[in-house]
Amino acid sequence: MSSYEIPAIAVKPGSTLIPVRRSLSTRWISVLTLIALVALWWAVTATGMIEPLFLPPPSAVLQKGWLLVTTGYMDSTLWQHLGASLSRIGLGLGFAVLTAVPVGIAIGHNRIARGILDPLIEFYRPIPPLAYLPLIVIWCGIGELSKVLLIYLAIFAPIAIATATGVRTVDPAKLRAAQSLGATRAQLIRHVILPSALPDILTGVRIGLGVGWSTLVAAELIAATSGLGFMVQSAAQFLVTDVVVLGILVIALIAFAMEMGLRALQRKLVPWHGQAH
Amino acid sequence: MALLQLERISAQYPGSPEPVLADISLSLGPRQLLVALGPSGSGKTSLLNLIAGFVEPSAGRITLDGVPVKGPSAERGVVFQDDALLPWQDVLANVGFGLELAGVSREKREIRAREMLALVDLTGFENRRIWQLSGGQKQRVGLARALAADPRVLLMDEPFGALDAFTREQMQALLLQVWQRTAKPVFLITHDIEEAVFLATDLILLAPNPGQIVERLSLDFGQRYAAGESARAIKSDPRFIETREHVLAKVFSQRSAATRQERA
Repeated sequence: MSSYEIPAIAVKPGSTLIPVRRSLSTRWISVLTLIALVALWWAVTATGMIEPLFLPPPSAVLQKGWLLVTTGYMDSTLWQHLGASLSRIGLGLGFAVLTAVPVGIAIGHNRIARGILDPLIEFYRPIPPLAYLPLIVIWCGIGELSKVLLIYLAIFAPIAIATATGVRTVDPAKLRAAQSLGATRAQLIRHVILPSALPDILTGVRIGLGVGWSTLVAAELIAATSGLGFMVQSAAQFLVTDVVVLGILVIALIAFAMEMGLRALQRKLVPWHGQAH
Repeated sequence: MALLQLERISAQYPGSPEPVLADISLSLGPRQLLVALGPSGSGKTSLLNLIAGFVEPSAGRITLDGVPVKGPSAERGVVFQDDALLPWQDVLANVGFGLELAGVSREKREIRAREMLALVDLTGFENRRIWQLSGGQKQRVGLARALAADPRVLLMDEPFGALDAFTREQMQALLLQVWQRTAKPVFLITHDIEEAVFLATDLILLAPNPGQIVERLSLDFGQRYAAGESARAIKSDPRFIETREHVLAKVFSQRSAATRQERA
């Protein structure tokens, strides 16, 4: 939220006009914290305080990382495991956006659609996706379909709910303005409601991706033959701790990259969001 | 020959026993600038919403050119108090929005939008984003947007209410200039007495409980401004002050009558 490009005339609420003298910016404090953590990791492993079986040194993890990229683990390279996970979440996300946005608009816009769909979504949304994974496996087998379906369901609810919220909070003056310029119902949705709800839709996608990613990795821990979750799980069974640590780091890195990517997308697509408008 | 006609209009909020407007009749013809002045609760916003077609009257008839008004339409352009512009479009696209909805080609609507921006003195602001504009500039864009769709009448819902006094004065002058040049009939609501007296060719004073017309005046201060007299000279003219005080007294006598009624 802090790095929107702000034109000189607009002052964001909460920002200060009085320049504050800081010797260290917040970003640098975060970077230093990370460096300190890695240093601590290195120190406790190099001095032998913790056995490599429980925590391998950073150098060993890096070396293993190189090995995974070049020769692979469990018949697949790191890229292949990563690719398997990313394509699952990509498919789940794609289908979720394509269906949840229209459903969200219907819920926010139409009383009857809200009456039908709202309770359904509110019923299944609080259930942890892993709780219905067994049922999905019974129905769809253990192939790709059941995993994509699981991710899809996990991402669908937050996007649909966020879209409905966005549609419901559209400024009525903007709707009236468009109507008095001759907008039809379809034009209202296309030109006013959808762009108005876009900030909320993107927030829904951000939340959905977070939920989807953790669900996917957990699902791969249970039922998969490829993917980052599977890699970590099978390495743990053979106590290959460096692969476990590496896998966890990659999973964290992907989650972080998705979050940052979506924030950047949000800044690009909805630059007016957070402005006095 | 009246263009817009309201015959014995009453309006009521659903579920409320008290009407917001009772037995309102008025007409708006070419070259008229009709101002509805009233304190809050006098139903002036409801009156504008009825004409715009956002709400329906509980009794009476509204016609434009003899055709009954049904729902909002591009024939009745509206300028809102809080601009209601679309922040995902730049200024030029906002002004051309009505034409876009009507299916006019990009090239044609940009030509028209540029003309309208010139009319409201905003040439050079075409590619600005909405949030980069000041309050007065936003209202100019709102005015240009309403005019670009070439409505039969222009409805203005306290368009300068949120502006500071200096900007408001400039915008009043601009409105008179635009009104003079486009010859569009304007219906404007305000709670600012001086603004009402300055702008109106025809002024109606609304009183609350229920909203009704308690005074009708024909004025010429706006026309004098359009003819070249300065705004300050007009507003300090004894006749202007007298009219303003007359209206003010009328508002207060209505108020004290209402209070007496409540006490009784």
